[in-house]
Amino acid sequence: MADILTSPHAGADVHHGKEIDYIEAKKGIWSWMSTVDHKRLGLMYFWAVVANFIVGGIFALLVRITLLTGNHGDNYFINAETYNRFFTLHGIVMVFLVIIPSVPAALGNFVLPLMLGAKDVAFPRMNLASFWIYIVGWTMAITAICLGMVDTGWTFYTPYSSTTNGPVSLMALAAFTLGFSSIFTGINFIATVHKLRAPGMGWFDMPLFVWSIYSTSLIQVLATPVVGITLVLLTIERAWGIGVFDASKGGDPVLFQHFFWFYSHPAVYIMILPGMAIISEIIPTFSAKTMFGYKAVAYSSVAIALIGFLVWGHHMFPSGQSQLASLVFSFLTFLVAIPSGIKVFNWLATMWRGNIAMDTPMVWAVSFLLLFTIGGLTGIFLGSLSTDIHLHDTYFVVAHFHYVMMGGTITAFLGGVHYWWPKMFGRMYNEGPAKIAAYLYFIGFNVLFLSQFVMGSNGMPRRYYNYLPEFQPWHIASTVGSWIIAAGLFLALGNLLASLRKPKDAPDNPWKGTTLEWQTQSPPIEHNFHDQPVLHRAPYDYRTPVSVDREIH
Amino acid sequence: MLPEQGSQHARHVDTLFMALFWLNVFFFVLVAGLAIYCVYAFKRREGVKTPHITHNLALELIWSVIPTMLVIGVFFWGAAGFLDYSVAPGNSLEIAVTAKKWNWTFTMPDGSVYGKNIQIPVNTNVKFVMTSMDVLHDFYVPAMRVKHDVLPNRYTEVWFNAEKEGTYHLACAEYCGKSHSDMFGSIKAVQPAEYEKWLVDGPPEWATMKPEELGKIAYEAYGCNTCHSVDGTKNTGPTWKGLYGKTEKFSDGTTTVVDEAYIKESINIPGKKVVSGYENQMPAFEGQIKPKLFEGLIAYIKSLK
Ligand code: HEC
Ligand code: HEM
Ligand SMILES: [Cu+2]
Ligand SMILES: [Cu+2]
Repeated sequence: MADILTSPHAGADVHHGKEIDYIEAKKGIWSWMSTVDHKRLGLMYFWAVVANFIVGGIFALLVRITLLTGNHGDNYFINAETYNRFFTLHGIVMVFLVIIPSVPAALGNFVLPLMLGAKDVAFPRMNLASFWIYIVGWTMAITAICLGMVDTGWTFYTPYSSTTNGPVSLMALAAFTLGFSSIFTGINFIATVHKLRAPGMGWFDMPLFVWSIYSTSLIQVLATPVVGITLVLLTIERAWGIGVFDASKGGDPVLFQHFFWFYSHPAVYIMILPGMAIISEIIPTFSAKTMFGYKAVAYSSVAIALIGFLVWGHHMFPSGQSQLASLVFSFLTFLVAIPSGIKVFNWLATMWRGNIAMDTPMVWAVSFLLLFTIGGLTGIFLGSLSTDIHLHDTYFVVAHFHYVMMGGTITAFLGGVHYWWPKMFGRMYNEGPAKIAAYLYFIGFNVLFLSQFVMGSNGMPRRYYNYLPEFQPWHIASTVGSWIIAAGLFLALGNLLASLRKPKDAPDNPWKGTTLEWQTQSPPIEHNFHDQPVLHRAPYDYRTPVSVDREIH
Repeated sequence: MLPEQGSQHARHVDTLFMALFWLNVFFFVLVAGLAIYCVYAFKRREGVKTPHITHNLALELIWSVIPTMLVIGVFFWGAAGFLDYSVAPGNSLEIAVTAKKWNWTFTMPDGSVYGKNIQIPVNTNVKFVMTSMDVLHDFYVPAMRVKHDVLPNRYTEVWFNAEKEGTYHLACAEYCGKSHSDMFGSIKAVQPAEYEKWLVDGPPEWATMKPEELGKIAYEAYGCNTCHSVDGTKNTGPTWKGLYGKTEKFSDGTTTVVDEAYIKESINIPGKKVVSGYENQMPAFEGQIKPKLFEGLIAYIKSLK
């Protein structure tokens, strides 16, 4: 408690005599399980995501431990089959159970209606249904893990996946089910953005977070059905031997890849746009400066969402797809890179001549800028045809997508969690350990994944249990990096959890944000605002000073 | 940072790779430098008011147009390298590749078959025509910067021209299950004369094999097994079981006792005497089978009592 008072914001204005907040409003487990309150659902998603991240992270650490040596012999305690299951489960858990729901379902659910000045999302019951579908999907996935695990890789490529043993069908159906959860959330957010904006809030008065989440929802609704049906076809093929993808039954394995990436490429934007969403909030707030190029950033989100549908073939350059297709996909891939680059420049321009406070969320946001830039720039090697042929399916790709997905989205997510924590739980966390955690994470991350770029460009293929001795030093470095990052993550989590034992001390607007979620109590009351709030200030407008108290009551 | 360069194509790819590397370094230093500069130069001081800059068209055009031009340039550069790698020159030496969990099998132009390790002539265009017997695999020779999936339902191709003698590592780069990482091989580029000698002598293990074992390899490698059984069943062609020493009847009514000379003739010019009850469907193999394997075939047929 004592150290919190030394933090720059807390001592200033602690609100006394708070009203009953959404957490206290109802009691008992049932009140949570049956809640239609977007804030409570957001919180439940949040804890589910944290738990799954730990599971996925443990699998990752096991993969890295296995790779300390590249010559395992026959009696190594993790054998080749187990290793294959570990990286598969790591991928499936991280993609379907962590990253896709992380920002939209957990933070988005909590923040989006508040930002719009709404009482809830457009369809609160559907929101609850979406959460329970997620839990059903999660249960199916965990059952599949317990029933002996799956070794297909998260990509489920046929005909390997149509022929290998293990509960592949159950896992595929789990992903199918999780897809519905994500579609429901998407539909809900689209309707909410269209219908529930506060009076006076035009499209271009919406926070950029909302623009990004809106674009994400569009992709979720349009793309997820494709992977759903693909996984169902895979299940049918396994169950009844109907040849769709398996060549020995007259199917075509490349067709599977087209279907899969038709979803999964847009899905990488489902993963990264929400990360960008958070950064577009944190940077103006901690720079106390208006967003540079608001419209460019807003349009970029939509452009990324739409062009993102047309580049799936860049995952298939060496797959046997036609040459012309490869040329077109390569070209479009470069075009979709531009809006992301523009965003980075806009964030920098926002920081330029700002008044920058390096509080924990901003430390995460600057980490994001650096890591995401590396992720994005290394994508150029992979979009360019002749270099991709060499790098495809090597550790270069593994490093690239971790820089984007983890360095981008997970970093932003952690920034977002530290940003909205006071709003979600009404407490300020301890700044010291929070920053140390962020630095550990940043260092560990680069040790972990920079070494993989080196291995990959040297020709180390991915999904390898054994490898040539020349790669071992880099693998060891990578594994050590995984321990540093794990330490950082545990410190961050422990520090956040520790804050929950304190009384609620957070001011309503600790970071002096300009968006509507800061114009209510921390944590908010059950109905968010007493009356319908009216937009009193455009987002990121710092022409008049912002205080840590709310301006509208 | 990059593996050894085995071909001209590899050098082209590396030039682009290094150009992109420096492009990456430039932009990373620019972004990171600006971010860190801002953090220090514009550190928070209470009471400071920030300028209200909503946009700046000129600046935004600059940072949209320049990167767009750059990436379009990169696109053409990468595409050129890709096109030049993806079509094998007409005069290429053709090697057939069969991938099967977790092994590579090569059929050389003379029909001889090798597993895992092969030799090729240096400074020659070599084309690999590949197919898989089960799941997806991927033929990846890092030193040549070539990689292509191997599919069960079609033939795909990869080619390169090894500039230097040396042994080049071949890896499987498409996940294919348990021993995916052990599915490697080697391609040794040697002088053409040495390559020819290696072809005639066959792989080292041939030196110690019995003739009928070599014959069995040839029986499968040259596809005799698609028409001839060795267990007595009738197929497109007569079975080889009990063939040697038997009296064969031909469609023109003549007969012959099957001996070595007859077998040789049947393989080289099958249409000369057509066994009664069969069509003249066998392709002529004259000059296509290595002497060692030819001897082996005869020994193998003799051994099938
Ligand atoms: C396309 C099917 C086909 C293939 C492939 C084939 N053969 Fe034949 N073979 C035949 C047929 C049909 C006959 C019988 C008609 C004839 O004598 O030409 C025959 C006859 C023979 C005979 C004489 C058998 C007898 O009963 O007198 C020999 C020996 C023989 N083949 C060897 C070979 C060898 C060795 C190969 C592989 C290098 C081979 N064949 C590949 C179809 C084939
Ligand atoms: C603790 C941090 C992490 C570590 C140490 C780690 C490590 C690894 C390793 C070693 C692989 C296997 C590479 C291969 O052989 O192909 C891998 C694959 C993968 N990781 Fe991570 N990872 C981490 C975090 C994440 C996060 C946060 C995500 C997603 C948001 C993620 C998504 C993936 C995916 C999708 C794969 C591909 C799985 C597959 O090949 O099927 N990882 N990771
Ligand atoms: Cu993609
Ligand atoms: Cu493989």
